[in-house]
Amino acid sequence: MAAPVEIRINGVSHRVPADVSLAAALLSMGFGVMHRSVSGMPRGPVCGMGICFECQVIVDGDPHRRACLERVRDGMEVRTDE
Amino acid sequence: MPRNPDVVVIGAGIVGAACAWYLARAGQSVLVLEGGFAGGSATAAGMGHIVVLDDSEAQFALTSWSVRLLAELREELPREVECEWRGTLWVAEDESQLAAARARAGYYSSRGVAAEVLGPRDLATEEPALRSGLAGGLRVPGDGVVYPPALTRWLLDGACRAGAEVRQNVTVERITPGAVDASGGRIACGLVVNAAGAAAPRLTPGLPIVPRKGHLVITDRYPGLCRHQIVELGYLRSAHTMTTSSVAFNVQPRATGQLLIGSSRELVGWEPAVNQEILARMLRRATDFIPALARLRAIRTWTGFRPATPDKLPLIGPWSPGSGLWIAAGHEGLGITTALGTGRLLSDLMLGRQPAIDPAPFVPGREMPAGAD
Amino acid sequence: MSDRLDADVAIVGAGPAGIAAAVAAAESGRRVALLDAAPGPGGQIWRHRSVDELSRTARRWLGRLDASGARMLPGASVFSLSPKHLDAEFEGAHLRIDAKALILATGAMERWLPFPGWTLPGVVGVGGIQALIKSGADLTGKRVIVAGTGPLLLPVAATLARSGARLAMVAEQAPFNRVAAFAAGLWRWPGRLLQAAAYRRAFFRARYLTGTWVTHAAAGDHGLRVTLSNDRREWSVACDFLCTGAGLVPSTELARLLGCELDGRVVRVDRYQQTSVPRVFAAGEPTGNSGADAALVEGTIAGLTAAGAAVRAERHFPARDRHRAFARAVGTAFAPRPELFRLADAETIVCRCEDIPLGALRAGWSAREAKLATRIGMGPCQGRVCGPILEALFGAAPDTVRIPVWPTAVGALAGAGSDSIPESVPSGIPAEPWL
Repeated sequence: MAAPVEIRINGVSHRVPADVSLAAALLSMGFGVMHRSVSGMPRGPVCGMGICFECQVIVDGDPHRRACLERVRDGMEVRTDE
Repeated sequence: MPRNPDVVVIGAGIVGAACAWYLARAGQSVLVLEGGFAGGSATAAGMGHIVVLDDSEAQFALTSWSVRLLAELREELPREVECEWRGTLWVAEDESQLAAARARAGYYSSRGVAAEVLGPRDLATEEPALRSGLAGGLRVPGDGVVYPPALTRWLLDGACRAGAEVRQNVTVERITPGAVDASGGRIACGLVVNAAGAAAPRLTPGLPIVPRKGHLVITDRYPGLCRHQIVELGYLRSAHTMTTSSVAFNVQPRATGQLLIGSSRELVGWEPAVNQEILARMLRRATDFIPALARLRAIRTWTGFRPATPDKLPLIGPWSPGSGLWIAAGHEGLGITTALGTGRLLSDLMLGRQPAIDPAPFVPGREMPAGAD
Repeated sequence: MSDRLDADVAIVGAGPAGIAAAVAAAESGRRVALLDAAPGPGGQIWRHRSVDELSRTARRWLGRLDASGARMLPGASVFSLSPKHLDAEFEGAHLRIDAKALILATGAMERWLPFPGWTLPGVVGVGGIQALIKSGADLTGKRVIVAGTGPLLLPVAATLARSGARLAMVAEQAPFNRVAAFAAGLWRWPGRLLQAAAYRRAFFRARYLTGTWVTHAAAGDHGLRVTLSNDRREWSVACDFLCTGAGLVPSTELARLLGCELDGRVVRVDRYQQTSVPRVFAAGEPTGNSGADAALVEGTIAGLTAAGAAVRAERHFPARDRHRAFARAVGTAFAPRPELFRLADAETIVCRCEDIPLGALRAGWSAREAKLATRIGMGPCQGRVCGPILEALFGAAPDTVRIPVWPTAVGALAGAGSDSIPESVPSGIPAEPWL
């Protein structure tokens, strides 16, 4: 297995395996809520394959990134909308 | 509603809806016939920009009056109409455009419409996402934006509360004196208003209206990137020259935080498909002014058909004398802005009341400039 | 910014169908471009972190793909196309692929029918949880309920059990007699029978209930409180994740944008997998066939035909026809029961992107009319989730497909005009003359 990488989630550093998707990493660490819907409901991933847009997070300042299509990268800055 | 309405309005776009709203509230029994569904054609395709324009005195009179009529309703409009008064920011690329902006500011101010000229520094402060190197701009703070299908439904609901009736999926085949032939049979009526937009000439041959296709793109939600309805001053050239195709930079933030990106103008008949070439040209123009747009996600594109007239003014008033046929069509890209003024003007003329603005420039049978079609 | 590649055969979707098509065409000497939005080949069914997790079959195909010379373009999202080209967003910019033939191997997505509570975090798709686990999600010790339908439930349950999750129950909505009849017919597809048995062994600790479905989920003190029904009684179970779904919907957006004819929900293809549009092929789930074995055969036929080797493709017809029969059997046995269409109440969200509840919708609206009246389908999923629901609940005809077929960077769309696209360059793969 590849060496773990360090990503920051809501300002806190976490070490995660290098070969996982961001959605998988978030879910494993208990971040079941990844964004808020347009009316403010908490939402988490549904389809796991880029279709439902329920795992949207902010990655390096870019909103609307689908965590399920994103591989974790060292130094990645992630914000969930909890 | 009685069996034979006083007025049949053909077309439940925003213009037909506004006509029905004023007529019904003036006590007329009104039947609105719509071939598809209310607000589903050009109205749905529009940006919803509520904007004062001054291509001619008549255009200024109609647009500025219409903006005031909408502003008077601001407390009544429900949330889903998404009415916001952000103001328009006209962007000048160079000194010659800025000089034109100064002239427009003077024209607007002298006629009671607030307008101010911004230098390059103020422009950058007001809209930091615009690229550097622009000459300045013209801000018209009284302009706004609505969600046109929702405003159309609100007008129709109001008309219905005043006794009007709306029938959707009804195709009108013919207008005859005192009646319309529709799918489902003949409807006898007093007067008829043809408010069928770009399709109006199908029922009233000879109306000088052609479909002028436009493309729009909407992004995902990026609240705060833009504050005003931002348009390049060069837009006016694009809008007012009847070339086969042109694009201009026009970005409109919506209440949802989404950005509408336009605009294009094409004379290609009724071809509804999204043209990828035009779309690309239009978006390159937009990203040229706001480079940050390039990274935003576009989630939908669509096209629509503006009802264009040769002299850039709508047709509002009676058609041939004694025919009982009235026209409210040909608004090109200003149907959303001028719907209320059109409805009010038309109803005043139909009911023999003194109109608030001079109706002469809008007479449907007027002389049109030659060479244009 | 724009880039351009030239290929003989361009394939969208790098699941089993796309991989087989790429292998068949590339091994026949064609220059092949294989595009997928995911970070690597495999699709949903062969999604993996390391090839060691995969079956021998999957490893063999991925190996062949590697050796075939086909050019894999991962992370490429195709947003527009014509019979002669694809436009994709690739590494943030526009990429044009010119091709002599196109193969659409776009797979399927899950179909959901809404019930109260289905938007709560922790309510996940059946395929969704599998994708997340295969992408590295660690659900060790989590209490999980799987409640859906069809053969997909078994591998998902097996994946969950192996992953260390506490799988409480697998609920199949189809009634026992249908499932039993389907199982009794499996002798016709011995491979599937063995596979099913292996999956069942993997989750032997969990109950497998037929004729059972979720009626509602609520947020509890610790996780979710899920209410199930089997028509005789209702009961509640606590869990951390509820995996639900009502089957699959073929992904046909690209085919519809091209104007390919459909048969109901699936793309119509001839015996060579060719659609109604010349030189455009479809393989796998979009044609209504299901599962990796069927996809491999259809992909092979499409790839060979696109490479001009139609005669060799014909050898694979009998195998494909066997799989077609299996897909039909699945469709009959696991059709969603009528109760599933009546679970949502007026407050239940139908459009997750725009939070539009069922009560806002009216019968008789077309998808477009509903969209303009309520904003349903106007969000980033472009109606992929709520469109099938509108169709199921109201019979609403779907809206037309327009570019961009996926949410796409404005810059990539801006690059997709002819005056910004550079001259075509060869893909770097050696070309051979057409047969």
